[in-house]
Amino acid sequence: MNISDWLPLRFEIALAVFILLQLVIKIFDIIRNNETWLHLNIALTFLIVLLGFTGNDTGSLFGGMFVSTSFINIEKTILAFATLLVLMQSYNWLKHHQHTPEFFILLLTALLGMFLMLSSNNILLFYLGLEMATIPVAALANFDLDKQRSPEAGMKMILSSAFSSGMLLFGISIFYGITGTLTLSSWQEMLRPGGLEVLALIFIMAGFGFKISLVPFHLWTADVYEGSPVAITAFLSVVSKGAVSFALARFLFNGVIMMQEVWIEILFLLSIVTMTVGNLFAIRQTNIKRFLAFSTVAQAGYILLGLAGDPVNAPTSVVYFILVYLFSNLAALGVVEAVLFATSKEDLDDYKGFYNSNKKLAIVLMLALFSLAGIPPTAGFFGKLFLFTSGIHSASLVWLLFASLNLVVSLYYYMRLVRMMFSENNEQPLASIQSPMLSRIALIVCSIGILFTGIFGGLYDFLHQLAK
Amino acid sequence: MLNASTLLLIPLLPLLSFLFISFIGKKYLPTLSGTISVLVLSASAILSLAVAYNYFFVVGMTNGFYQAIIPMKLEWLRFSPGVSIDMGIILDPISVMMLVVVTFISLMVHIYSLGYMKGEERFAVYYSFLDLFTFSMLGLVIASNLFQMYFFWELVGVSSYLLIGYYFTKPSAVAAAKKAFIVTRFADLGFLIGILVLSFHSGTLDIQTLIARLTTSDTTFYASATFTGFMGVSSLTWGLALVFIGGAGKSAMFPLHIWLPDAMEGPTPVSALIHAATMVVAGVYLVARLFPIYAISSPHLLELIGYIGIISSALAAIIACTQTDIKRVLAYSTISQIGYMLASLGVSTYGGLNGEGFSASMFHLFTHAFFKALLFLCAGSVIHYVHSNEVRDMGGLRKKMPITHLCFLLACLAIAGIPPLSGFFSKEEILAAAFAHNQTIFYIAWLTAGLTSFYMFRLYFLTFWNKDYVSHHDTHEHHSEGSWNMKLPLIILMLGAVGAGFVPFHHLITSDGQPYESEFHLNITLMAVGLSLFAIIIATIFYRKKNNLSDKISSSISQLYDFAYHKFYFDEVYQFVTQRILFNTIGALSSWFDKNIVNGAVNTTAFITEAFSETIKPLQSGKVQGYALAFLFGILGLIAILFFFNF
Repeated sequence: MNISDWLPLRFEIALAVFILLQLVIKIFDIIRNNETWLHLNIALTFLIVLLGFTGNDTGSLFGGMFVSTSFINIEKTILAFATLLVLMQSYNWLKHHQHTPEFFILLLTALLGMFLMLSSNNILLFYLGLEMATIPVAALANFDLDKQRSPEAGMKMILSSAFSSGMLLFGISIFYGITGTLTLSSWQEMLRPGGLEVLALIFIMAGFGFKISLVPFHLWTADVYEGSPVAITAFLSVVSKGAVSFALARFLFNGVIMMQEVWIEILFLLSIVTMTVGNLFAIRQTNIKRFLAFSTVAQAGYILLGLAGDPVNAPTSVVYFILVYLFSNLAALGVVEAVLFATSKEDLDDYKGFYNSNKKLAIVLMLALFSLAGIPPTAGFFGKLFLFTSGIHSASLVWLLFASLNLVVSLYYYMRLVRMMFSENNEQPLASIQSPMLSRIALIVCSIGILFTGIFGGLYDFLHQLAK
Repeated sequence: MLNASTLLLIPLLPLLSFLFISFIGKKYLPTLSGTISVLVLSASAILSLAVAYNYFFVVGMTNGFYQAIIPMKLEWLRFSPGVSIDMGIILDPISVMMLVVVTFISLMVHIYSLGYMKGEERFAVYYSFLDLFTFSMLGLVIASNLFQMYFFWELVGVSSYLLIGYYFTKPSAVAAAKKAFIVTRFADLGFLIGILVLSFHSGTLDIQTLIARLTTSDTTFYASATFTGFMGVSSLTWGLALVFIGGAGKSAMFPLHIWLPDAMEGPTPVSALIHAATMVVAGVYLVARLFPIYAISSPHLLELIGYIGIISSALAAIIACTQTDIKRVLAYSTISQIGYMLASLGVSTYGGLNGEGFSASMFHLFTHAFFKALLFLCAGSVIHYVHSNEVRDMGGLRKKMPITHLCFLLACLAIAGIPPLSGFFSKEEILAAAFAHNQTIFYIAWLTAGLTSFYMFRLYFLTFWNKDYVSHHDTHEHHSEGSWNMKLPLIILMLGAVGAGFVPFHHLITSDGQPYESEFHLNITLMAVGLSLFAIIIATIFYRKKNNLSDKISSSISQLYDFAYHKFYFDEVYQFVTQRILFNTIGALSSWFDKNIVNGAVNTTAFITEAFSETIKPLQSGKVQGYALAFLFGILGLIAILFFFNF
């Protein structure tokens, strides 16, 4: 076996090396300055992103347990890229944190878990990756050390996540009992709709549903998003959600494709409940982090609509949507982070008259909200559009109508925030905020992404080619 | 002349001007921005005229038909093999006509605004928005692909939102902008789903291919679109109906019209451009663009569209009779005239003389653009002079503002359909088409024409006669009826409003591209002109001099009057539905869910969780169990539903 056989594993190897390297650095206390840690990690994450552009090595390893295709490579690159943006946005917060090295080690470990999960063709490896992607994040949710809500968020996350894992494992064990194998690609041929299979499928999809916050498995989301540091909220709502959505698409189309008519029904039910409940709760929120939490719950409902497509368009539209959503949501959370760090304010009412004191930040937030609401020509519109076009393949008209009505409802509350920022007065306006260079770059990258991802037409086609 | 680069310049020039002003002009040349915009727009307008000349008289006609020309088509986004979104240009009679109308009216508004908006703090921003709007509208007009059209359609929505909300410190303006945006967005979703349905069945988004595939009944595409259906109606009809909902939203047809009168909060020249001449006719343009599909494959839907148009037209005319805000009267009259255009499309069929409704509709769109823009700009001058929108603050202005007075009078005569002004010709054709194909629509249209004359002259007399003008401001005797740049567009538009009717439309724009000879219908002309004159005489008696006749009449029919005055309570109904039903019930429901299900789950299972709570007491949160329980119920619910329906 020569070295090039290991190339499909290059993301994972690089990440593992980086993690171990940092552990050593930490143990021997070589770097003491937080800023040096930050620069090191931003550089390392950037390297991981670059790996996505080096060659296109695909293949399988470990007797078929681990597979890598160029489509999976793109997914990994997107996740690494999102992590990079999260790190850049949290520059200020991490600079003053007393456990910055641990933060990076945990965060990169979670990312490694996601990579393994995406590449696994074996359901146990998949499960291992999933847990590896969750447990470090639960610890990270706990990282706002002087806030009471933070440990609560961490604890809630680990408890409910343990519960959902139980459900997931239960479903997996039934499938194992039926098929006698743990290999996804063998399931594809052996699983047909039947009473026991449907039961198992429901348990597994509930497990997935927990990770991407589908109603009614979403209840942890608002508390955890609100209590965690913004960096972790961003990581959870973008990177984790993205990774699990990719994994779900892979599971549905590679593992249980023969049960498609059943899982489309499940997707339909979960999707309409998720969109509706997410939106209705978002309307009532007064805290901006909770507000964004519920709005991201609603966004997950649209992802499910996209999954109701054919085996090529469905994963493509989901990856495309996540890419777009990454820019929009990180732009919004980046502004929230800047405001929170500078002023410790996180109520929606605090954003009244935001434009008067912080013109640039207000414009970025406005772009982000436009994109989340799906207003053309922002990228968010194209993301939704492709989900709809993919979904029209098997989704019923009722489903489409629900989705579009929900788009209008979401428009209402996103626009309400925009109006607050631009035309309402605030007796205690937010102070003018200065962000560090790297955070500003991250926001600029997001804004450019929002403005141009959609209009740059070749992207969807490119992904579509890879998905084939 | 008709090559892609020349044509691209027409929309791109305003775009460049928009970019230039937003990035450079706003900061460094704030006062020059207006002039730059005007120059750029003039270039666009001249190019459009040249294109129109070339198309209609040099290259457009082959074998006796006006053919569509596609000078440019680039693949932009590709969905799957076969279905792609192109960026292309289509030149056919209606798009060429719209190019001229949009650039010309926009140019007039640009010039007028030099005077009207002078001294505004965000003068340059205003011009950049105007240019953005013009660019989007031009992009919409020349779109060769249904999706491209949708894209610009939305861009038009966004830029009109910016323009309506231009006075963004005024809460009513912001509310109006939001209302316009949300109502039209709602309708646009219909458009989008309609596009998806149509493209799903036809396998294309290209307008010409789409028309070809969905109008010939022996294609597999046609079969797939008509064979499947929902609630007894074929997918094709659903798709077309959904597309029309988008059009109805932009064109402010009942019951989606509620945003247009409020949109008058924007600066008046904006109303002239957007809410009279260009954007609001987008819905008519959309139906005209897909006209062969509507007419051949779904004639009943087209008939329904005709009815929606004429009912909107009549209701808006009744409301207009009772309003006292000059811009609102004009707004309702716009709804009424657009309803006319749709009604005219609704009585048309495809091809030949039976397609005269199509031709008449486009004709009316063309003449309406001139006289309605003129009316709005005159209203702008009046408002500029009086500093009020209310007609009770006006009256007797004819001596103070002679030019405005003359223009307004001619525009009123044009909209009333008095020969030989432009409105007469287009209205006559619409009425003739309706008479030949649908008598019900004809009679409603005829009565509406009478109402139109009445309320326009009511407005005219209340503004320019009625009483002697008494200034409410001591200071403004010094200013005249406006600077030259406000008067010049009025005069040019007046010439248009007078002369546009002499364009031989049935030679240029017909449903199938083949010119036909229209007949002159003396009886219909006499009927229509007679009723208009009668209505004008009544308006003269009521309003020329101050008297209480009109009050007597309105009090004798007070209930109907009140009903109309309050715009048939449409706003209240919407308010009720959205506020009371939607937000209250749903809000109450979701808070009930929060309180009773989520918390209730915690409470009712308190005794089960008691044992667990010992171990996790330090958490100080009893809720996680509730979450897990909801999770479990979710799974059980799914199991119940799936097994109930499947096994």
